[in-house]
Amino acid sequence: MNERLANIKQAILDGIEKHAESRAAAFELRKQFLDSKTGEIGQLMKEMRNIAPEERANFGKSVNELKEWAQKCFSELDEKLKEKELQMRYESERIDVTMPAEKVQTGNLHPITQMRNQIIDVFAGMGFEVFENKEIENDYYNFTALNTPKDHPARDMQDTFYLSPEFLLATQTSAAQIHTMESKKPPIKILSPGKVFRSDDDATHSPMFHQMEGLVVDKKITLCDLKGMLDMFVQKIYGDGTTTRLRPSYFPFTEPSVEVDVSCFECGGKGCKLCKGTGWIEILGAGIVNKKVLENCGIDSEEYSGLAFGIGLERATMLKYGINNIKLLFESDLRVLKQINDN
Amino acid sequence: MLVPLSWLKEYVDITVSPQELEKKLFSCGFEVEELVEVGKDITKVVVGLVEECEGIPETHLHVCKVNAGEYGTFQVCCGADNVCAGGKFPLALVGASVYATAKDHKTVEGVMTIKKGKLRGYDSEGMLCSGVELGVSENMYPGAGYNGLLVLPEDAPVGADVKPILGLDDYIYDVSITANRPDCQSILGLAREVAAVLGVELKEPSYEYTVTEVVKDGFQVKVDAPDLCPRYIGHYVYDVKIGESPLWMKRRLALIGQDSISNIVDITNYVMLEMGQPMHAFDCDYIEGNAINVRRAAEGEKIVTLDSQEYTLNPTNLVICDGVKPVALAGVMGGLNSEIRETTTEVLFESAKFARDNIRKTSRAHGKRTDASAKYEKGVDEYATVYAMKRALHLIEELGCGKVSATHVDVNTGNSIEPKEMKVSLKKVNDVLGIEVPEADVLRIMKNLNFDPSINGDELTIQVPAYREDMDSYPDVAEEVIRMYGYEHVIPTFMPDALVTMGGLNRKQQKDLKLKKALCTTGAYECIHYSFISPADLDLLRFPEDALERKAIRILNPINEDLSIMRTTLAASMLNAVARNQKKGNLEGRLYEMGNVFIPKELPLNDYPDERQRLSVGIFGDKETFYTLKGIAEKIAEALFVKFDYAETKKTFLHPYQTAVISCEGIEIGYMGKVAYEVAEQLDLRTAAYYLEIDLKLLADLYDRRATFEPLPKFPEESRDLALVMDKNITCGQVESVIAKSCAYIKEIKLFDVYEGGQIPKDKKSMAFSVKFVPGEEAFEGEAVDKFVKKILKNLKFHLDIDLRS
Repeated sequence: MNERLANIKQAILDGIEKHAESRAAAFELRKQFLDSKTGEIGQLMKEMRNIAPEERANFGKSVNELKEWAQKCFSELDEKLKEKELQMRYESERIDVTMPAEKVQTGNLHPITQMRNQIIDVFAGMGFEVFENKEIENDYYNFTALNTPKDHPARDMQDTFYLSPEFLLATQTSAAQIHTMESKKPPIKILSPGKVFRSDDDATHSPMFHQMEGLVVDKKITLCDLKGMLDMFVQKIYGDGTTTRLRPSYFPFTEPSVEVDVSCFECGGKGCKLCKGTGWIEILGAGIVNKKVLENCGIDSEEYSGLAFGIGLERATMLKYGINNIKLLFESDLRVLKQINDN
Repeated sequence: MLVPLSWLKEYVDITVSPQELEKKLFSCGFEVEELVEVGKDITKVVVGLVEECEGIPETHLHVCKVNAGEYGTFQVCCGADNVCAGGKFPLALVGASVYATAKDHKTVEGVMTIKKGKLRGYDSEGMLCSGVELGVSENMYPGAGYNGLLVLPEDAPVGADVKPILGLDDYIYDVSITANRPDCQSILGLAREVAAVLGVELKEPSYEYTVTEVVKDGFQVKVDAPDLCPRYIGHYVYDVKIGESPLWMKRRLALIGQDSISNIVDITNYVMLEMGQPMHAFDCDYIEGNAINVRRAAEGEKIVTLDSQEYTLNPTNLVICDGVKPVALAGVMGGLNSEIRETTTEVLFESAKFARDNIRKTSRAHGKRTDASAKYEKGVDEYATVYAMKRALHLIEELGCGKVSATHVDVNTGNSIEPKEMKVSLKKVNDVLGIEVPEADVLRIMKNLNFDPSINGDELTIQVPAYREDMDSYPDVAEEVIRMYGYEHVIPTFMPDALVTMGGLNRKQQKDLKLKKALCTTGAYECIHYSFISPADLDLLRFPEDALERKAIRILNPINEDLSIMRTTLAASMLNAVARNQKKGNLEGRLYEMGNVFIPKELPLNDYPDERQRLSVGIFGDKETFYTLKGIAEKIAEALFVKFDYAETKKTFLHPYQTAVISCEGIEIGYMGKVAYEVAEQLDLRTAAYYLEIDLKLLADLYDRRATFEPLPKFPEESRDLALVMDKNITCGQVESVIAKSCAYIKEIKLFDVYEGGQIPKDKKSMAFSVKFVPGEEAFEGEAVDKFVKKILKNLKFHLDIDLRS
């Protein structure tokens, strides 16, 4: 009898050794020995009655031991095969991680919109509202109210597109200053982005471009406030160490007027190709609002003063992203639009 | 404006370096666009004395022994015909750099370095130079134009650098002058600023002359248009001897690129450059009627100007006439009829102020821009008008080319050229700046600027020179103070006294941005296109003659026809952008633009037009269909919390059977469709393109919609799939509409299959919909949903003769 038990044990070991390559095969093998009805070990139990009663207890114990041993063998085998199959599955799913990605296709805001949003974010935090400009203006708002009467040489500084003797394409976003001051009492803090137009078309000029005007009117606004505000602005846009330099300039609607240079954000002011070795980059025009402009809008220039600035968005965008040709901004070439994703 | 350093030094003692002066000018508001070193390319050229000179047989060459003082004596071979023993010539030493010339010895071809050489077997150490080789013209130095060696003065020290002798040690500043400072459009004007910024005295040029007793009998000046000519000064000069100008004058004119013509003409040009006041000289022999009359031109009146061009004038042009005819186009150019000739013996000098916008208009209208008109356009002050005449008369005397008569006519409108007193509060000046500039500095700065200041308590009194027409009130004083005091004194502050304001985007601006971002999530890239388009674009879009889109605003002075009308649709810009992309090999993509169209109330424009914000989307590529574009449209609706409806329509440039009108809450807001094949062909499109345009102004009223939360259903939803058989021409929209109206619990109707053929009759199609029912306050009971379906089927049969597919 013990011999039979030993044979079964051997058969199980052989079976595991030779045939159990897959979990399915192992399951079949297990069934062969351990199926409650047909399994060989089960059969042994049925033969109990043929065993001499005094040996039954021993026999039963031996069969049970065999059964437990077999169960343990098969469950270990199953674990092992499970592990092996998982491994094979993984291996069969090996991929080439260097193959191209499946792109998640989202678009971008236009580079100028991105720049515009960045600037608005900074000034919104300082309390500026946004007031969008008209593209078509009349002579009064574009020139006269901005202290540029008909015979003024400053009209020569900008070649204007006329639509009729009275109406024209805005040459600057400054007209928004007048519209705002006519409709709002101080304190005023506005930004006015807009499209502007000048009769210029060459490698560095586009007949349409974008400006962002800023205006503050309140009590005791000074040139120092202009400097302080712009310093903060350039630090937010170009980085912490950045600073500004004011130098005299002229705009009819501000007095004093300044050009504002920013310390070169490429070289930190040491001098490089971007700043043409000067350490400074011209970024905007600004000044203290000309008191005649305040008076044209019915604001008491004795009580209030203001500051104004105008940023060319194309220039700011091109500097920030290193875009080398202004025309690229208006050609809608996807190869360009896809690159600037500071959304 | 070009300013030679040597000329500036005539009026200011400049001790700082040329580069330091550039920085000083920059700091006080005069940007130097370029600083040109005149003799930059010339080095190591010294005065050489030819001690021996012998011809080399059978050549035109000479071999010379040239003494170069401290540098030694060199053997030099020379081909010039004027080389001779005892002469002093520029010697370029070995290692020197000079200009290389072409075979003609006149055309400069670059810069060369002198090396030791051998000519016809003779060693040559250095080169004797011509004027061209040193970049010196006849006007810079007499004899420099000769095609041979430049002859140096006999007293030139042997071995000395030739640059100071030839005027090559000079610098020229190209200064940009802002529009508020027309008084600096001259060497003297800029010299005043240089003196102020360096804190040194200005040395005024001489305005002295002797008036003789001679008078021009009966000579009269009349100004009929004082509005256009507030001041006209004429002075008669006789015994004129036309000849050459002296070297110093020629050289200064040459440095600025002005040819020397004759002493009288040179004086007018010299004074204009020096004082900023254009001047003119008439030959009195050709002035008829012994009179000058300044008046508006008659309609059709003609004048031939000095450059032999004829112009037909009108009353907007101002002319200077003698007793009979126009003799000059005021402020622009003199007339040929009265020009200075070699035979001229009597001259009438003119110094006048003309209205700047009138000169600009005349100059523009006739396409004639001269140095004089440029000065007048920017503005000439009467101070200069008066002093320029004095200066010109002084130069007549200094050059000895005529005698100053007692006939001086000054027709004016009473403007004073004396300084005007101006009082400002120092506190106000400091309040503009935000800093307190020490009184001593204010006084120093104002004094340097020639304002003769005094301070009494808070009151600053200054005497504003007549040429400072820009000085009006305390902000102008503040600017003068700070530009000289230095902008580095402006310290950053942040509006310590200002009130707090609320910043940020308003609702509409937030929605615009949200919409743009929503479009980006569909894979579309934002574009910005010009607001002007070509009339040909409207033809491309096949708009009929009477289409509203054709009623576009024209630009009166466009850059060209392609950029000449304000757009009435965004379609042309977008389709052209699609075409450009395809040409560059981008065969698929999605683009959008948010921009204005311009709808005039009437033409020509005499009121603001309607600037309507619109949104356009252009998609192209083999994967795109009408329905991918519709997906983008739905995204737009979703972003605005609205629902769009679509119905078939026609659009001239879109596919006749793949175009829809888009409505929102009963209002037509736009359209979308496939680009018509004719248009695609004209644009050379290689893949299909689809276009959508929505008028955002029409949607703006709905911009206040917000996201709202709808509680999740308390009871389970149920869905039913319905496969329906119907006539081929029934649309999905029709079916959906009937289903939707059949039951209040329907939340979603989704088409999931369309099928034709097979067991479906020939003229029919099958459409399968999934309908989702959502219970309200109570769960659906037993057969409730089946009852809804029955009702739906009944309605479909009744309205559209639709059956359930068996």
